[in-house]
Amino acid sequence: MRGTKILIDNVDWLTVGLYLILILAGWLNIYAAVYNEEFESIFDTSQRYGKQLLWIGTAGLIATVILLIDERFFSTFGYLIYGFVLLLLVAVLLVGAATKGATSWFAIGGFKIQPSEFSKFATNLALAKYLSTLNIRMSDLKTKVTAAAFIGLPAVLILLQNDTGSALVYGAFILVLFREGLSGNFLLIGVVTAFLFVITLVFQNDVYNLPFELSLSGGWMLIIVTFLLLGIIYYFNRNKKRILILLSVIFIACTGLFKSVDYVFNNVLEPHQSKRINVMLGIESDPYGAGYNVNQSLIAIGSGGFTGKGYLKGTQTKYDFVPEQSTDFIFCTIGEEWGFLGSFFVVALFMTLLLRILFLCARQRSAFARIYGYGVAAIFFFHFTINIGMTIGLAPVIGIPLPFFSYGGSSLWAFTILLFVFIKMDADRLEVL
Amino acid sequence: MKQLESRQYTIGAIFLGIGIIFLIRLFYVQVIDTHYKLDADNNVLRTIVKYPARGLIYDRNEELLVYNEAAYDLMIVPKQVEKEFDTIGFCSLLEIPIEDYREKFKKAKKYSRHKASIFEKEISAKSYAKIQEQLFNYPGFFVQTRTLRTYPQQTAAHLLGYVGEASPKVIKKNNYYKSGDHIGISGIEKQYETALRGKRGQEVQMVDVFNRHKGQFMDGAYDTTAISGGDIQLTLDAKLQAYGELLMQNKKGSIVAIDPQTGEVLALISMPTYDPNLLVGRSRSRNYAKLSIDTLKPLFNRALMAKYPPGSTFKSINALIGLQEEVLTPNTRYSCSRGYRFGSRKMGCHPHPSPVNLEYSIQTSCNAYYCNVFRSIIDKYPSAEEGYNVWRNYVTNFGLGKKTGIDLPNELSGFVPETEYYDRYYLKGKWHSTTILSLAIGQGELGFTPMQMANMVSTIANKGYYITPHIAKEIDGKPIRELDSTIVRNESGIDAQHFKEVVEAMYQVVEKGTGTSAKIDSLQVCGKTGTVQNPHGDDHSTFIAFAPKDNPKIALSVYVENGYWGSRWAAPIAGLLIEEY
Repeated sequence: MRGTKILIDNVDWLTVGLYLILILAGWLNIYAAVYNEEFESIFDTSQRYGKQLLWIGTAGLIATVILLIDERFFSTFGYLIYGFVLLLLVAVLLVGAATKGATSWFAIGGFKIQPSEFSKFATNLALAKYLSTLNIRMSDLKTKVTAAAFIGLPAVLILLQNDTGSALVYGAFILVLFREGLSGNFLLIGVVTAFLFVITLVFQNDVYNLPFELSLSGGWMLIIVTFLLLGIIYYFNRNKKRILILLSVIFIACTGLFKSVDYVFNNVLEPHQSKRINVMLGIESDPYGAGYNVNQSLIAIGSGGFTGKGYLKGTQTKYDFVPEQSTDFIFCTIGEEWGFLGSFFVVALFMTLLLRILFLCARQRSAFARIYGYGVAAIFFFHFTINIGMTIGLAPVIGIPLPFFSYGGSSLWAFTILLFVFIKMDADRLEVL
Repeated sequence: MKQLESRQYTIGAIFLGIGIIFLIRLFYVQVIDTHYKLDADNNVLRTIVKYPARGLIYDRNEELLVYNEAAYDLMIVPKQVEKEFDTIGFCSLLEIPIEDYREKFKKAKKYSRHKASIFEKEISAKSYAKIQEQLFNYPGFFVQTRTLRTYPQQTAAHLLGYVGEASPKVIKKNNYYKSGDHIGISGIEKQYETALRGKRGQEVQMVDVFNRHKGQFMDGAYDTTAISGGDIQLTLDAKLQAYGELLMQNKKGSIVAIDPQTGEVLALISMPTYDPNLLVGRSRSRNYAKLSIDTLKPLFNRALMAKYPPGSTFKSINALIGLQEEVLTPNTRYSCSRGYRFGSRKMGCHPHPSPVNLEYSIQTSCNAYYCNVFRSIIDKYPSAEEGYNVWRNYVTNFGLGKKTGIDLPNELSGFVPETEYYDRYYLKGKWHSTTILSLAIGQGELGFTPMQMANMVSTIANKGYYITPHIAKEIDGKPIRELDSTIVRNESGIDAQHFKEVVEAMYQVVEKGTGTSAKIDSLQVCGKTGTVQNPHGDDHSTFIAFAPKDNPKIALSVYVENGYWGSRWAAPIAGLLIEEY
């Protein structure tokens, strides 16, 4: 009894509250998105909103169980869980069911389980366990390689399932590594690479006319601009020698990148992926083809105005103009029916949750809990950014769910586990010596 | 370690940065940029036009002349058309060449793959029966009903006019019309378009992404029902019209019959005519092209648009003017020795007893008599110009040389020259009564439409006035006299007593003069023959008549092109028509 009381005292109820609000809001919006006059009851389990309620109920059960398990269970069995999930990922490749080109489901009875959702949790757990081992230093090459392997292994397996979106989520762990001592340059290089990749695609076909009858293709122009920018950074930096080496590497990499963007774009990415990126960047305008989703999504959100059309009154989402509106494009329903106020509320909720997790991380005594917490924040952040970003045309269309909002049992369970394991760790933080 | 701890702020800043970027973007998309709202409406709202039924047209005896028959537009939803589509079978069913099919399919696909568009317009009920049986074999096609005009009597084509699709020009000018709307193009259909067309209704539906109907927008607040067009009753007597057309078969010419007491047009015949059903539906353009290159000009409405000199029928008018101007009395006699000589020239006449008085001059249609009458009118005044203007004024008071004001489009005003015309032709002051002597016998420059002639007869029959002729009797149950203030009594300016003389003479024409072939035993028919000299071929035969003499019920003018003397064709036809009426 005493243990339970301490637990209740120590659980961060603010986070739990945020969690509950997000899940409730998600459920109401799924009801709106698939609203169907024939099945008006929000509890009708033949409809998605009814099923989501079942998921929410079971998620609550899972959350309770997690809070009752000894915190040491997770640190002890971290690798084991990780290994088990990897096995599942391999197994799903062999016997899994395919939907929409991705082989990522186990069909068990009427239910479908998606192991890739749970592998985020497992990877986070294993990574936290590894990085919290004594005498681990991020600056060691061995540490970097091992951490990369922990992250890369499930990512590759998921890529093999043809589920690029879920695989990309593992990129979010770079934030964790950064927090644990990875040089900021990696983060910078990552961001710069992504940025340049995009910029190159946009400008590579332009030709610039310069004085003295010189003309340059967009690619070369960008190389020169990058070089100048790097030169400026070099000039103002104190540690000249180290920076010089780094900048040379970046410069060579960038030059290589420009030459390889075409190759990657045309040969590595699937046609539908490169098309989506092209549409997002405005290189291709195709409102009825690949750009359809984004265009309709923008119309739905934009038509919401400041206060929205009112609950269950959204015409765009209700009449299926927006595809995947209960899963990946759930944010459209919010934008349309609740307007800017609703969108603001949701963005603010996520921001509060993310910053709250960062705050909780800072008060952890154990490195394990802290690293795990950053992983949770990084994963939520990545999902949040890509999912909402794509509905408002700021990110390419990558089919990953909005945590707690999107319909789907696996993802809801996985996000719940991810969050509540951290809440449990936080509740037990004082017991860690 | 301390250094790394500060990194939590970097990460927090990244989180917040993205959040703020999103909020700015959301604010822009949702609050500042408005075009998404319009796009949303375009997505969801579908306006369905409900076409009203066009008003029906009846004749004076409530006989139905024009009604609507269902027609079918074949619609296509390109996306639903299967890949293994039996193109050949489909084309033979529709009786269209395969190239047509391909072109139309491409057009429909270009318009939209999901939305329905018209594939083939206005398929008649007859063809539809056949198509309907087979249509289930061709997914992606369905039919939408529309109405088409049908003419059960196959008569009075020119008068009724026809209906067609509004042209881009009309659509631009008049914002009621939209592409695909029907509009009256000629005749009654054009004249009373606003009354006949009714009011278009609309239905604003909400549709989902597959264009499926999901309910009414705002619970139907923007929906309106179509209001059917008003029915029109014409003054036309369909039986008389049909009989007249029958009599005029294989001839060129025109008959106009008016009820002189009311100005109601009883028949308006222009021959050759055509079957009004030809200009309906999808064969319209083909048939129209065929009719318009026909050398007999069947589309030309002679009754309102052909100008003929009045010929001898005009002598009655000159007689009336002479009487009014007091240069002529009923007893004035002029001799005629096969013509009228002036100077070295002579206007010929046919052999008849001489001298003649007024009554006999009309009865026998003596040319010389009217040369004398005409000259004495003109020469009464100091100059030919002055005299001519007085004369001309009388003529136009009969509704000649100006539009009669009938409620039909495209009426021509005919021609009575102004003095300026002769000034230009002969130089000012250099022309005299003899120069324009052919006017005396209704030849020369004069050009009147059959409509004007009938109107002139009405004036004589009424002994001094005519009511503006009109073809509509009731519009949507309301008498035309209440609706149209232009229908008025027009005075001729000639005293009624003078008419008596002329009317008596015209009675004699039919009793024992040139128009005996129009005689009806039970009726006192008055008439006047005319033979219009035609420089292009055989003379035109014309006859004007009204009956009964004292309480006239019908006044008519008959023109038979190339029919020789008025007595040969025109008079018997007039007689038969009066009898029929």
